Amino acid sequence: MDEALLRSLTPGVLTVLVRRGADFAAAEDAVQDALVEAVRVWPDDPPRDAKGWLVTVAWRKFLDATRSDTARRRREGRIDEEPLPGPTPAVDDTLQLYFLCAHPSLTPSSAVALTLRAVGGLTTRQIAQAYLVPEATMAQRISRAKRTVSGVRFDQPGDVATVLRVLYLVFNEGYSGDVDLAAEAIRLTRQLAAAIDHPEVAGLLALMLLHHARRASRTAPDGALVPLAEQDRTRWDTAAIAEGVRILQAALARDRLGEFQAQAAIAALHADAPTAEETDWVQIVEWYDELARLTDSPVVRLNRAVAVGEADGPRAGLAALAALDDSLPRHTAAAAYLHERAGDLTSAARLYAEAAHKAPNLAERDYLTRQAARLNSLGRY
Amino acid sequence: MAKYLLLKHYRGAPAPANDVPMEQWTPEEISAHVQYMRDFADRLVKTGEYVDGQALAPEGTWVRYDGEGRPPVTDGPFAETKDLIAGWMVIDVDSYERALELAGELSAAPGAGGKPIHEWLELRPFYAASPTDPECHAGG
Repeated sequence: MDEALLRSLTPGVLTVLVRRGADFAAAEDAVQDALVEAVRVWPDDPPRDAKGWLVTVAWRKFLDATRSDTARRRREGRIDEEPLPGPTPAVDDTLQLYFLCAHPSLTPSSAVALTLRAVGGLTTRQIAQAYLVPEATMAQRISRAKRTVSGVRFDQPGDVATVLRVLYLVFNEGYSGDVDLAAEAIRLTRQLAAAIDHPEVAGLLALMLLHHARRASRTAPDGALVPLAEQDRTRWDTAAIAEGVRILQAALARDRLGEFQAQAAIAALHADAPTAEETDWVQIVEWYDELARLTDSPVVRLNRAVAVGEADGPRAGLAALAALDDSLPRHTAAAAYLHERAGDLTSAARLYAEAAHKAPNLAERDYLTRQAARLNSLGRY
Repeated sequence: MAKYLLLKHYRGAPAPANDVPMEQWTPEEISAHVQYMRDFADRLVKTGEYVDGQALAPEGTWVRYDGEGRPPVTDGPFAETKDLIAGWMVIDVDSYERALELAGELSAAPGAGGKPIHEWLELRPFYAASPTDPECHAGG
């Protein structure tokens, strides 16, 4: 059974229940129960209409839960036993679900968890494993998130930007469990792009595809990080790159530039270079200028300084770096690299070691430590 | 989404404000302290921020490799060891500020006289998962 296909039906089934009058939290639980049932039953008895099967089972689970709930609490339930004929689900129902799960009242981690469950159809256990927290903790995080958005009307328009931030977090953060979060983020962004015509959604999808295309070359067999310049470009996924570039070009043609399109443009320029030496750094610097204009982010200015170092030489890069706050993440690592390029190996070795001390993750710490060790051993011979 | 370790020390932390050894509290004060810790952990489970909590016995042994075919060498415990860890709690929170807030609350656990201990806790960030985004690296 194709679990990704099964999960892709999740938002459609959930919105049918909500349209029939089920409240979001109860409907979401019912859909999860139906998914679990499908995994159990389908291998031996595959349904002819997968979505119809899920809707029927989820609705029954919802009614069962509501009935026992009602009986237990003796409160008045205004739930119809028979499914309402209801309007044909509007095209943007899936979109509404994304908005709800990324609602601004949610913290980033809650929005991520709720999106992965209600839109992605992942189980609480899978989400807990992906973020290395106990299942009970993740269950609470999700039920709190559902309570937080319980008062939000389902058909309220939302802000696409908040949804994109959540999907980008899914793509970039998380550990490796049995769920590939980067692939899941791409699937969810693709599904979003099908529900709404928006250049930034396309920009994010292009960005993810372009980054994902390089994944195989990003780590050495021993797990060590391989920087872009040293990656084996024959291992890049050319189909994903072609798709990313095509999506990006169509988005840029709309002339509504946003930060994800600009980031994707930079990724596309890297992907386009047959060798690291042939990278069009001048154009990359121009895109960083656009990006700095759009976001005013110090991290962007830091990356721009490194690009300037490639385009105009390490001295120019160091001058650009000197204008930035040196407490920025990876500032020291950038300084180390530019000093090495400028030929000041002693300073570079010292800065690499310092940068390793401040690294935000283990892979970078080890990479930077090795850079320091490499320069220090040069000095000994 | 970042994990932090809240580290509690038997020895090695600066002296707390309410610095009375536990064996000199009343039994009720000890119960109140234990209950506070339990409630704190329960609350973090409910907020979806709890990862782990463990307490360690103070008696430890030092162990090291002693060469091929030889049993490991053991030593200690050393009474003079400066840092003696008593236990930890691991939390998964949205920000450093939230981690500070929770550490502050844990440090307010009641001690002698039912007053907060103001115990110093060490807050240490976990390394994050490696980013998917390779352009962040200098030279990348």
